Amino acid sequence: MKDMGLLSQLVYYFSHNGMYVLSQFNQTFLVSIYGVLLGAIVGIPLGIWISQYRRLSPVIIGIANVIQTIPSLAMLSILMLGLGLGQTTVIVTVFLYSLLPIIKNTYTGMLSVDADVLDAGKGMGMTRFQVMMTIRIPLSLSVIIAGIRNALVIGIGITVIGSFIGSGGLGDIIVRGTNATNGGAIILAGALPTALMAIITDLVLSFIEKRLTPKTSSER
Amino acid sequence: MLLSMEHLRKEYPNGKIAVDDFNLQVGRGEFIAFIGTSGSGKTTTMRMINRMLKQTSGTIKINDKDISKMDPVKLRRSIGYVIQNIGLMPHMTIQENIEMVPKLLGWSKEKRAEQAHKMIELAQLPDDMLKRYPGELSGGQQQRIGVVRALAADQEIILMDEPFGALDPITRESLQDLVKHLQEDLGKTFIFVTHDMDEALHLATKVVIMSQGKQVQVDTPENILRHPANDFVTNLIGEERLIRAQPNILSVSQIMLKNPVSITPDKTVDDAIELMHDRRVDTLLVTDDAGVLQGYVDLEDINRITDPHTAVGDFTNRQVFFVKADSLIGDTVDRILKQGVKNVPVVDKDKHLVGIVTRTALVDIVYDALRGAPEANEEPASPINADIHAAATHDEGGEIPQ
Ligand SMILES: Nc1ncnc2c1ncn2[C@@H]1O[C@H](COP(=O)(O)OP(=O)(O)O)[C@@H](O)[C@H]1O
Ligand SMILES: [Mg+2]
Repeated sequence: MKDMGLLSQLVYYFSHNGMYVLSQFNQTFLVSIYGVLLGAIVGIPLGIWISQYRRLSPVIIGIANVIQTIPSLAMLSILMLGLGLGQTTVIVTVFLYSLLPIIKNTYTGMLSVDADVLDAGKGMGMTRFQVMMTIRIPLSLSVIIAGIRNALVIGIGITVIGSFIGSGGLGDIIVRGTNATNGGAIILAGALPTALMAIITDLVLSFIEKRLTPKTSSER
Repeated sequence: MLLSMEHLRKEYPNGKIAVDDFNLQVGRGEFIAFIGTSGSGKTTTMRMINRMLKQTSGTIKINDKDISKMDPVKLRRSIGYVIQNIGLMPHMTIQENIEMVPKLLGWSKEKRAEQAHKMIELAQLPDDMLKRYPGELSGGQQQRIGVVRALAADQEIILMDEPFGALDPITRESLQDLVKHLQEDLGKTFIFVTHDMDEALHLATKVVIMSQGKQVQVDTPENILRHPANDFVTNLIGEERLIRAQPNILSVSQIMLKNPVSITPDKTVDDAIELMHDRRVDTLLVTDDAGVLQGYVDLEDINRITDPHTAVGDFTNRQVFFVKADSLIGDTVDRILKQGVKNVPVVDKDKHLVGIVTRTALVDIVYDALRGAPEANEEPASPINADIHAAATHDEGGEIPQ
């Protein structure tokens, strides 16, 4: 392997460890998705909630902000003390980091809905629930999804680092590469799929974002 | 009463008293305009009607039912609501927007669609616009939809908060025509907030003038123009508008002179000459003992009489042009001026002579109205019963029966 060029080394690695890379890819992907999904399940309702009770918003967003400022490696280590090694710790970390973008975007999305439209909806006899489901959420959906997109990209990065505490995934390949002499190709073998994953999820989510944005013109 | 508001008061949590002792009775088919300076409590008052705000005290009843005992959601579905910034749902088609309340009320799909077609026609917009989105319509078109959306579920009362404030004058006028049509021809009842006095005077059957949370004056547009309650109202209406409006609100009785020189038919020529001399007039109006206008005699007639004992009644001109005291100047001025007479006798409904209008006074008012410029309240020219020529009969004046 030593004599080959970097690119051919990489091709060689993929051809011999293709299935392994794929399974690590899946693992990384799933861990990130789980974390962000949890973040969405908690963050979206929280964002909606603080948009209704605006006084709470500085507190909640403040807490999410503080979480975000903790370096991810430190966070992983701290959580590891309580949760031990493994995927759970990484999922929880991704969850914590995805809170801020999701809460913040949900909150701003909710607040960016035209007050006159809301007033008209309520004034014409919609219940609070109907206003939420037929006006607020549809009109802020694209902003909320943009938050999830952000969270997922952050989450993938954290998951890769998470291999340090034994969650496996593409990070494992990278770590192995850094430990090997002349492991450049191995590092790339882990890093390239990671980058690809981030780019693809971002593209897919931006597509979903566009699809879910309510139509406001008959021409599109 | 369709809508009755009694002793309404609204104090906001910050202690601001936005509405204080507001009282109003609204009958079916009325068009109520709230007008006043910004911050005078118009919006607050209006929003209490559909319980978008809760009054601090006082009661609002619709068809004698206290609305505070109703379900607010049901109440709102039964009241049309139009706001200045239109508030169409940007992510719904025009059809979905129009069908909003019918859908909330659980109408069937077919019935809703039928109503949507009816409403777009009422809005005088093309039917295929139903498939478009609000963002694809002009501001005026959007607000037309906003207006008909508010009555898509056959709402009887429609609340409008400065609905046309953001539109250009021409578009505004065509929308005013639309709502006027809805009120006059469909019998809808409007509560309409505006800051445009012309709009209020043009549309309303009753104007509510507000200042600092209080009603300053509540009356018909005519009465408000005729008798502004105080300087605030005068200022709000504007000197210019008051003057312009004068021919249409002032009645003949308000500008006539109340001391016409008259004589009874049994008096003699001598008496007539003496009276003319005393009062310095060249024409006398002839009335019977009860004061009913009979005709007139002028100096020329008297000169022709040789016997000083002839009774006035023997040579009275019985064809006299006159106007009724309660007729509006705007309605009579053309005819008066066309007669070319200097002065016109004014009678009440029983033809009793009550005064005289001088041509000068009339011209002053018409001239001011045209120019719109305030003029000092000049006294009309001297009260001379001159030049009351015989004139053709018409609906305002008439011929004295022999
Ligand atoms: N939510 C609120 N809290 C406190 N004061 C308010 C609130 N809404 C309106 N006001 C005050 O109440 C007064 C009446 O307001 P409003 O009814 O909107 O007036 P208008 O519609 O005649 O311009 C104003 O002085 C306004 O500042
Ligand atoms: Mg207002």
